[in-house]
Amino acid sequence: MRPDQSRSIVLRLAVILGGLILIIRLFYLQVVSDTYAQKSDRISKRIITDYPDRGLMTDRNGELIVFNADAYDLVVHLPMREKNLDTLAFCELLQINPEDYGPLLKTAKDHSFNGKGVFKKNLNAAEFARIQEGLYEFTDFEIETHADRKYAHSIAAHVLGYVAEISRRELEKDESKYYDAGEYLGKSGLEQFYEQQLRGIKGRKHYLVNNVGQIKEKVNDGKDDTEAIAGSPLEISIDAILQEYGELLMSGKTGSIVAIEPETGEILAMVSTPGYDPDEFAIKNLSQNYPRLVMDPGKPLLNRAVAAQYPPGSVFKLVMALIGLQEGVLTEETHFSCFGGFHMGSLTVRCHPHPSYPDLKYSLQTSCNAYYCNAFREILHQKKFANIEEGYNNWRGYLTRFGFGSTLGLDINQEKGGGVPTAEYFHKIHGRNQWSYVRIISLSIGQGELLLTPVQMANLAAIIANRGYFYTPHFARKIDGKSDIPKQFTEKHQTGVSPHHFATVVDAMASVVSGGTAAASRINGIEICGKTGTVQNPHGENHSMFIAFAPKDNPKIAIATVVENAGYGASWAAPISTLMIEKYINRDSTTTRPDLYRKITGTQPAGSSSGNNHSTVSHSTDSTHAAIDE
Amino acid sequence: MQQSTNDTESQLDFVTILLYLLLVAAGFMCIYSSSHGTEGFKLNLETNYGKEIIWIVVSLVMGGLLFLIDARFFEVFSYAIYGICMGLLILVIFLGKEVNGARSWFELGGFRLQPAEFAKFGVSLALARYIGDMDVNLKRRRFQIITTGMIVLPILLIVLQGDAGSGLVFLSLLLVLYREGLSGAVLVIGLVALVLGVLTIAQGGTAVVIGVLAIIAVIVGFTYTNKAFLRKLALIAGSVVVYVVMVQIFFDKVLEPHQQIRIEVMLGLKEDPQGWGYNVNQSMIAIGSGGFLGKGYLKGTQTKGDFVPEQHTDFIFTSVGEEFGWVGTSAVVVLFVLLLLRIVHLAERQKNKFSRIYAYCVFSMLFFHVLINIGMTINLAPVIGIPLPFFSYGGSSMISFSLLLLLMVRLDANRGNELDSINY
Repeated sequence: MRPDQSRSIVLRLAVILGGLILIIRLFYLQVVSDTYAQKSDRISKRIITDYPDRGLMTDRNGELIVFNADAYDLVVHLPMREKNLDTLAFCELLQINPEDYGPLLKTAKDHSFNGKGVFKKNLNAAEFARIQEGLYEFTDFEIETHADRKYAHSIAAHVLGYVAEISRRELEKDESKYYDAGEYLGKSGLEQFYEQQLRGIKGRKHYLVNNVGQIKEKVNDGKDDTEAIAGSPLEISIDAILQEYGELLMSGKTGSIVAIEPETGEILAMVSTPGYDPDEFAIKNLSQNYPRLVMDPGKPLLNRAVAAQYPPGSVFKLVMALIGLQEGVLTEETHFSCFGGFHMGSLTVRCHPHPSYPDLKYSLQTSCNAYYCNAFREILHQKKFANIEEGYNNWRGYLTRFGFGSTLGLDINQEKGGGVPTAEYFHKIHGRNQWSYVRIISLSIGQGELLLTPVQMANLAAIIANRGYFYTPHFARKIDGKSDIPKQFTEKHQTGVSPHHFATVVDAMASVVSGGTAAASRINGIEICGKTGTVQNPHGENHSMFIAFAPKDNPKIAIATVVENAGYGASWAAPISTLMIEKYINRDSTTTRPDLYRKITGTQPAGSSSGNNHSTVSHSTDSTHAAIDE
Repeated sequence: MQQSTNDTESQLDFVTILLYLLLVAAGFMCIYSSSHGTEGFKLNLETNYGKEIIWIVVSLVMGGLLFLIDARFFEVFSYAIYGICMGLLILVIFLGKEVNGARSWFELGGFRLQPAEFAKFGVSLALARYIGDMDVNLKRRRFQIITTGMIVLPILLIVLQGDAGSGLVFLSLLLVLYREGLSGAVLVIGLVALVLGVLTIAQGGTAVVIGVLAIIAVIVGFTYTNKAFLRKLALIAGSVVVYVVMVQIFFDKVLEPHQQIRIEVMLGLKEDPQGWGYNVNQSMIAIGSGGFLGKGYLKGTQTKGDFVPEQHTDFIFTSVGEEFGWVGTSAVVVLFVLLLLRIVHLAERQKNKFSRIYAYCVFSMLFFHVLINIGMTINLAPVIGIPLPFFSYGGSSMISFSLLLLLMVRLDANRGNELDSINY
């Protein structure tokens, strides 16, 4: 009757088995898997970010340039906890069409990060006040404040750069995991380069929330919370007055001005026209203006001062002279004959009328083409070189040390390197060492494949002003009140040309302005050394170029100006440069050359503002463009 | 009689009582954690933990009273108690208050009473009395029908109230029948049916039928078989096909869509974190985020933030999981396992059949509750809404489980005086 007690064993085993199954499953959930811990953090904790003030920018004289203004975003916490949101009331609060609610929410979700998505960006003041008032009913939503940029002067947009929302790609590239979606960061110019210093450090407050998103308490008594640390102010090397003046002089023209303090490499002004007002790229205005400016055929977003590349033309003769002197193939007394140009078999490089047997100084003053064709032969075909490659590389080495052929490494983006062909390039065209200076003669007068950016030209002026060395041009002067700017900007770069070789070249440049091709642009009381250049542009009017520095002794400013499609260097680039020099050195609100000022600002140079821009002019190898020099 | 009272004192099974008190204490800590709000501890009867204190006190008092009543009282009046319980189950269908779609609660001056919980007590007593009767032979059809009827009646009544989960609990009494001689084949067939049913829903009936036929074909192919064996196999194959088709039809045509979803979510066939699976998802997050040692008592983020729905009742185990981690959950599981093993031990030492069967009834229902309740918090069992004994908030469950268990202790304490059965 009474069944076997062994069945109690089965039941006992069933209990133990059941218990084991539960314990093993629990072990998996609690100890092995960490997805639940992550989910728990995501839904029960909320990190509220305190955004620090972004660092201000002031100019070299302490003048405020960039500061902050509040901007407001409406963000939604995801996943939304409120299941029965009164969409109509919410849309009324936002004053949006109820039909837009779904798509806006979807966009917010699609771009969400860390449980948060931006529902509506950049509320204006009225919206902010209204929404703030009614938002307590919608616990999934919150207004976040972030700083927008404001500009005290409408200048230097290319240099300052702009701040905008982080892109998906930038988020993915952000290895430090500092940024969240919807946040802002410097996108170009100084805002981008000094992003880490300017942004400061976000503060993070950790809160526990309940199932409807209300904050319950601080996590861990706030021990993990951090305070926001304001961004460092940045003192930039721009002189606001000079910059503004440069932009005025260049208005209506296409081109650029770069002015450098030779002693330090600090950039005093960098103008690129056509340009834009930095306020057009403030966060709240960006989306409205960006498409228009991007589409503009005049390419206002292009910073021509660093990104446009031109054959340097006659300006390059300064470099040729310096290399010749350093190599010992030229002396002050070296003469070459010029009978209307350089003739070699069927090759002719034309020259303009001038006394036929110039010495070095005179060749610079008159910008004799034939002289440099001869000098090029002397430089490349020295006895010490076994073949043309060695000679060419020796010459090219100087160019590299002058900062040509690669980017200088400024603290703003967009920079291009210009172009200096390699020996290999000519080997490919002409056969290995089957070429001589004749084949590449146009390089000697700054044409052919040679390309320089305006900042490289200004840096050339600085090198000559310094008699042989330069500091990488840059904008940062002080970060957080301290002079410890990135160290690449405090390293002296030597060109390999000895200081004593500069005397002749400097004298020649002085006479270019005092009595040579740029005499019309001279400024009384300031000894300016300069060199004009005009580069033939196969696509239209010639480009007008001028590089200069002043004063001759103990120079304070080195400058390069390019006005595209404007004709002779002497007619536009030179007066703009000398007016800039006058402004910087005299610091006077009135000019001693109102005639120049009127000419520059009152009339439009021929062919400018045509909008199309051959910022990069290239010339084929064998064609020997005559540089039409004054 | 007087003597037996004295014996009771000396023979109380303190192991069971200790395990019981530990579980009740741990349960109270969890209820406090999940319902204490932002204020500190206050003896406030407005709060859930305040009310739970009353239930615990009532349970202990009533448990104590059991020891003042003659042990034979419950055996003698077992059918009457069963009858009263069934009466209440019927009454509640008409007079009950509807909560969450189920009409299974009486409301008495702010307190709620769930007759289904007390029915456990009545059914256990009646079953123990009936099967314990010397004349009952479970092998005889008549007794089988009556036994089945005693179990099925409360299930039907409770299902009628709309609370299928609480009804299912009584199926656990199959374990008692197993212990008392029911063929193990019934349990095995039940398990096989369960597995086939799950496979049918998960993989589709066709696949299951093909699979089973394939297995049978393999058996036929690899074994020498006589005709009788083949006939048996054919019978099995036929039954399986009929069964699978029935399950398929039941699932597709009879069940409501929300019931289908519940089952599918439980089987992991559907992700449904915003719908019905929301509770289970939140439950797993709370438990899973506890880690090895837990977040610390009263420091559970999910508990504090009320993320787990019904946390203080059906999902009270999440509070253990989150705040005490795997160490805590394992400890609770171990306590229950020890208690269940202890109950089996007590049951087997009873000389009186009534006491033994009653103890197995307690065992079966407790086992079912623990396994299913904890199982559903970690997605091993469907959410059928039954409480975790001694842990879940609620007077009915607290009192009925306490009485169930303590009466067993009472009977056990009296075992020395029960050498012979009662004569009626």
